[in-house]
Amino acid sequence: MTYCIQGNSGQFELVVGLEVHAQVKSKAKLFSGAPTEYGAEPNTQVSFIDAGMPGMLPVINEVAIEQAVRTGLALNAKINLTSIFDRKNYFYPDLPCGYQISQYLDPIVGEGTVEIDLKDGSSRNIGIERLHLEMDAGKSIHDLRPNVTHVDLNRSGIALMEIVSKPDMRSPEEAGAYLRKLRTILRYVGSCDGNMEQGSMRCDVNVSVRRPGEKYGTRCEIKNVNSVRFVMRAIEYESKRQVDIIEEGNSVDQETRLFDSSKGETRTMRSKEEAHDYRYFPDPDLLPLKIEQDWVNEIKNSLPELPDVLKKRFIKQYSLTPYDAEVLVSEQSSAMFFETVAHGRDGKLAANWVTGEFFGALNKANLNIVNSPITAHQLGGLIDRVSDGTLSVRLAKEVFEFMFLSGSDADVVIEEKGLKQVTDVDEIHTIIDKILSSNTEKVEEFRNGKVKLMGWFVGQVMKESQGKANPAAVNKALKEKLT
Amino acid sequence: MPIDKATVQRISRLARIHIDDNEIEVVAKELNGIIDWVEQLKEVDTDSIEPMTSVVELKLPKRKDMVNDSADRQELLSNSPESEDGFFVVPKVVE
Repeated sequence: MTYCIQGNSGQFELVVGLEVHAQVKSKAKLFSGAPTEYGAEPNTQVSFIDAGMPGMLPVINEVAIEQAVRTGLALNAKINLTSIFDRKNYFYPDLPCGYQISQYLDPIVGEGTVEIDLKDGSSRNIGIERLHLEMDAGKSIHDLRPNVTHVDLNRSGIALMEIVSKPDMRSPEEAGAYLRKLRTILRYVGSCDGNMEQGSMRCDVNVSVRRPGEKYGTRCEIKNVNSVRFVMRAIEYESKRQVDIIEEGNSVDQETRLFDSSKGETRTMRSKEEAHDYRYFPDPDLLPLKIEQDWVNEIKNSLPELPDVLKKRFIKQYSLTPYDAEVLVSEQSSAMFFETVAHGRDGKLAANWVTGEFFGALNKANLNIVNSPITAHQLGGLIDRVSDGTLSVRLAKEVFEFMFLSGSDADVVIEEKGLKQVTDVDEIHTIIDKILSSNTEKVEEFRNGKVKLMGWFVGQVMKESQGKANPAAVNKALKEKLT
Repeated sequence: MPIDKATVQRISRLARIHIDDNEIEVVAKELNGIIDWVEQLKEVDTDSIEPMTSVVELKLPKRKDMVNDSADRQELLSNSPESEDGFFVVPKVVE
């Protein structure tokens, strides 16, 4: 189903492209040896290069280059063996040099694609226009005191990858799926931690609308939207705003806008007339960046199994539903956890336990896989006790709760709490005899044709055994006794 | 492209270099002189020649991803007209 905006004069199509700024995971900055750790005291991670001191020269960090190449490969993109650093000139207090070192005409990574999965089960390819390396600016804080701005340069000079998509998205959902998928890929290859709250991944959204079949309309750019949800809401609001303007007979102005998340609306930041003239030119301090195809191949061979491939393999190898597979591969740690649990066991059963009880318990306890109280091997051990009949599913869930609280193995919990399922036929018979002899009236009714009492008998037996009797064995034995 | 007064004004604003009104014409003339001079280079046919980035065979030097540099904060802030709690302080840049 195609997304469209219903105006009074007809339908409009939405066109969205995203520019994502992803902070490169590296110990030191792009052009200096200063640290990149988040949350340090202001201005304690700044070299003279990052502070724009006269005479300081940039020297590029080789890991930043590797991370860009690694990401480009994961986006199925063309890697440019020669790329060039340019100066993007503008004045702002958190940009000490008066220019940002970036890449303009010759980025390190060219065109690629990202496959997104949609709610209706379909998938689509979203084009990547380019990925280039650039340095981050410092941080301005405007609300500590009236009339002044405070500047912290710790972020100044940290390596960024700007990943520009083609205008291929046609709905807020697609934009959200793209952003989530991109984040997943970055985390898989380890080039960015994808933390939008801490600003290590930031997003500019380009939105325009058009009547079906027309050419692209005038676009507005919404700057620095910092969550997937806000990106989707900003697109929804902005597209409706543009449709209203067109239907009133006016035309959309090309401008930069900001998204006010508390009001859920976008506002003008600067119009085209005030648009920046960045006067890009090649940075004379840096020679062209040349890399070898052999090195690119080496990086390619070191890439982990990527989420799309993993998802397809999970569906095939473990007979998972596409939905379960997608949930499991959305984080590499969940995928690895699942594979350990599924090893030598029924994949479907393993997936049910991981995505069901296990994720549920983690969520409730506000934990994640990395600090989970139980290991994948322990969860596997529990599943083994279901498969070999020691535990019923109901008992297993009880055992799971104890395991999650104590971090103990399933066998230890079963022993300590006496939660073993009773499969011993004699024992079950004894319990059944007891129930039948104290409920002779019900037995009579059953034999006179009230067969739905069967459920009631099963319930009584289970209750008497404190839930430990094997339900299948109880059913079988009851049928024998009653008929 | 000849540089007119409006272009000089625009460039000076972008570069944050103040030029007095009575100097604009002089600067325009100087800039035109420079551009005319550079234009002469166009007379040489360079169609099949790779752009040269250095007169010597140099490769872009790279650094290892190692933390080995960070300025002393006092020293860093000592050049700024105003600082507070470890921050640089500048005139407010947003409304």
